[in-house]
Amino acid sequence: MTKNYLKLQFYSLPRNQAFARDAVAAFCLELNPSLSALSDVKTAVSEAVTNCTVHAYKGNLGIVTVECEIEDEELHIKVSDTGRGIADISQAIQPFYTSAPSDERSGMGFTIMQTFMDEFKVNSIQGEGTVVYMTKCFKTEVENA
Amino acid sequence: MVVSGYVKDRNLYIGLSGEMDECSSQSAREKCDKLIEDNLGVKKIVINLSEVAFMDSTGIGFLIGRYKKASKLSIPLCIEKPNFAADKILNLCGIYSLIPKEK
Repeated sequence: MTKNYLKLQFYSLPRNQAFARDAVAAFCLELNPSLSALSDVKTAVSEAVTNCTVHAYKGNLGIVTVECEIEDEELHIKVSDTGRGIADISQAIQPFYTSAPSDERSGMGFTIMQTFMDEFKVNSIQGEGTVVYMTKCFKTEVENA
Repeated sequence: MVVSGYVKDRNLYIGLSGEMDECSSQSAREKCDKLIEDNLGVKKIVINLSEVAFMDSTGIGFLIGRYKKASKLSIPLCIEKPNFAADKILNLCGIYSLIPKEK
């Protein structure tokens, strides 16, 4: 039984996006992830953390919390903010939906998190913040070609 | 993110290198648009992604933005050599129906 835990807290500065995804990737190395699984996790974390900067805090400074837990072959990730929250989650997670089309946003952030991770859930309270939960299973796998 | 460009056979080749995320995309956008504006007479624009080590959905917004710009100028745009991770995102978002992948 493998168990490990990591908690990161940082300002919602754009330059922390790379730091957050690289730290999570380094943390899950003990699970011997395939390159493609590692890349999936990095991308999903990048999407979640970017949402905090761009949407939750809208360019204002806030605290982003990333928690990771390894349990056997699973990596659980929780990304939370205390920003403005999401009014309509089902709308927000629609592919290509964006609240900021003028900024060249793709509206694919939540879709990528959902597709690249094995489990995905988002909770939000307007004016209080948003929490994204994601799980990736790293079964001992043969690298897919 | 490093943006480089050259013209060969009246095609504009734009090479992106580094990590494409929300943080790096703004300057990449400006440099890329400058290259396009400085080379209006080209037949085609090819964006080479082979040196892009990481890309999230910001890359999709970036590519669609450049596609819109090139379309306004009636210049076809295509993508070259994405790595497997970028290719996965580009496929998921259906980008290749808009911006073809150069063989």
